[in-house]
Amino acid sequence: MRAIRILAAAVAFASAASLAAAPAAASAAAKEPIKVGAILAVTGPASFLGAPEARTLEMLVEELNAKGGVGGRPIELIVKDTGASPEKAISFAKQLIEEDKVFAIIGPSTSGETMAIKTIAEEGKTILLSASAAEVIVNPVAPHVFKVAPKDSLAAEVIFRQMKKMGITRIGFLSSNTGFGKAGKEQVEKLAPAFGIQVAVSEVYDKGATDLTAEVTKLKAASVQAILNWSTEPAQSIVLKNVRQMGLALPVFQSHGFANIQYVKAAGPAAEGVIFPASRIVVADQLPASHPQKAVVDAYKKAYEARYKEDVSTFGGHAWDALMILVKAVELAGPDRAKVRSAIENLKGFVGTAGVFSFSPTDHNGLDIDAFELLTVKNGRFVPLGP
Amino acid sequence: MTLELLLQYLVAGLTYGSIYAVVAIGFNIVYNATGIINFAQGEFVMLGGMVAVSLQRSLPLPLAVAGAVGATAAVGALVEVTFIRWLWKPSVLRMIVITIGLSILLREGALLAWGESVRSLPYFTGDEVTALALGGVRVSPQVLWVLGTTALIVAFLTFFFGHTMLGWEMRACASNRDAAALCGLPVRNLVTLSFVLSAAIGALAGAVVSPITYTSYAIGGGLAIKGFTVAILGGLGNSTGALVAGLLLGVLESLSVSALPTAYKDVVTLTILLAILFARPSGLFGSREASRLKDF
Repeated sequence: MRAIRILAAAVAFASAASLAAAPAAASAAAKEPIKVGAILAVTGPASFLGAPEARTLEMLVEELNAKGGVGGRPIELIVKDTGASPEKAISFAKQLIEEDKVFAIIGPSTSGETMAIKTIAEEGKTILLSASAAEVIVNPVAPHVFKVAPKDSLAAEVIFRQMKKMGITRIGFLSSNTGFGKAGKEQVEKLAPAFGIQVAVSEVYDKGATDLTAEVTKLKAASVQAILNWSTEPAQSIVLKNVRQMGLALPVFQSHGFANIQYVKAAGPAAEGVIFPASRIVVADQLPASHPQKAVVDAYKKAYEARYKEDVSTFGGHAWDALMILVKAVELAGPDRAKVRSAIENLKGFVGTAGVFSFSPTDHNGLDIDAFELLTVKNGRFVPLGP
Repeated sequence: MTLELLLQYLVAGLTYGSIYAVVAIGFNIVYNATGIINFAQGEFVMLGGMVAVSLQRSLPLPLAVAGAVGATAAVGALVEVTFIRWLWKPSVLRMIVITIGLSILLREGALLAWGESVRSLPYFTGDEVTALALGGVRVSPQVLWVLGTTALIVAFLTFFFGHTMLGWEMRACASNRDAAALCGLPVRNLVTLSFVLSAAIGALAGAVVSPITYTSYAIGGGLAIKGFTVAILGGLGNSTGALVAGLLLGVLESLSVSALPTAYKDVVTLTILLAILFARPSGLFGSREASRLKDF
């Protein structure tokens, strides 16, 4: 009894206090920061993704706040480093939603982590703008879950079109045992028959693999016409080295996970001639001035490279897209979570680094196949593959 | 399977195996002097690679590798003098907890110092596409560098522990610390020396394998697990055993890939490993009598 009475008194006091505080809160709200959480693999095996993403967000938030923030309110960025572990992503997502009560979450960097927190974000009614590729993130659609990286099914399609053009009908496929690798494997094996391509061997290697000579030997034994690798780890460069060391003169294709010049540097001359789909940010300086994305990618590339002394990658670009789409929606709809959610869902023709986004209630990715351009490596640089 | 393919699988296996072996040997030295496993051994391997890559920007390759070996050996000495030397009667369990803690410390320190990116030394001979054709198979010259380095280290250690006074003193220290001290051996200095030696060998391994595997702040853990497995399989403390066991494990992994999906690689190798350890609990080359006298 006594406990209940104390509880009742406490509730009464609390509601009185909040009533008294309400008018004050309304005027303070104008200055109160908008909290944006970021769950990124800044360190660990996917740091190639998370590190440039975190740096991009830091840079953008600083720029935006220097200009007075969004709608007069500064942005408060809370970056959580998962080291690419889905378990950590889950606890960070809960912490950001329940304790920090963030307005929206950017990330995670990898598909496995995103799938681990998809329902948590949905149940917490917190907008999630994922920077990872797998199609399952937005198919089926969850109202609060968006993604800004192009879908892996589109990447597979672009690759298969090129293979068909080159007359390739029998390929060997390698992927890593990560969310990205598994999702890619599913799409590749599903879509290949439609292009008349047979996946003769499909091998899954550990994400920490240090040498893949045995796997490549197996592909050689199956006498395939081309090799396709699907991963985001340094294993991408290891595959290239092992293929060339073995003297195989086959064309090697990579997924859009290859679009970080560091992998080219790591593979050295072995990277020459590899073919992969990527968004245009990595060839920003080679875009014609008339290209709709030219201004956006140029400005981002210049700012990032001047500040961090390293080359931009598509992954940092995903963070740019996620934050700027959120900012755009807040500017359009005001700082109300439900309104911002539907503003993103109805955003059309937003020019980002990955492409031109047009979202809809059924498409929470907003990018089509034009987001990809096929690139190759020539003299240690990314260049468009051309016709 | 054609002979050529079989040989190519063998070459792949030797590549993995030589990497495991060279890491495993580092474990053996601290074990030989103290009877414990230094779980920070993988981090010594990582440090060797990372320091060598940094030095290589301003120094020629051989000097960079030598510098990395020297610097990591100094870290090994520092670690021992700071954290382990002052323990009064360190128990095996306590030493294990301390070395695990040290491995975390070194790993996070490397993350702060170098960041998260992946780096590597250039290939010692040729580049990323160079391969020597031996009959029908092709092998990267770096694999030969790793094998050669491992063989040299094994030869040096076999000689050192078997035929020099200092080596005998270190083994005496491991067999019975108190008795060794009573005989007038500088037990504490010998333990420090064992850390210096294992750090130096770990660093050399890290530098030589980095063109093949790449190196980053986090690589230590994975290499240490395989290295530790190999050290046990070969018989703890036995460097020749580590070399043979490393190559055996590598070849087994590679052959398992040839027949089964890659995902089963570790299942196959660990099953064989367990089977061997059931039959010979002290490893392929370990002595049953000797291991019964040790704490660990």
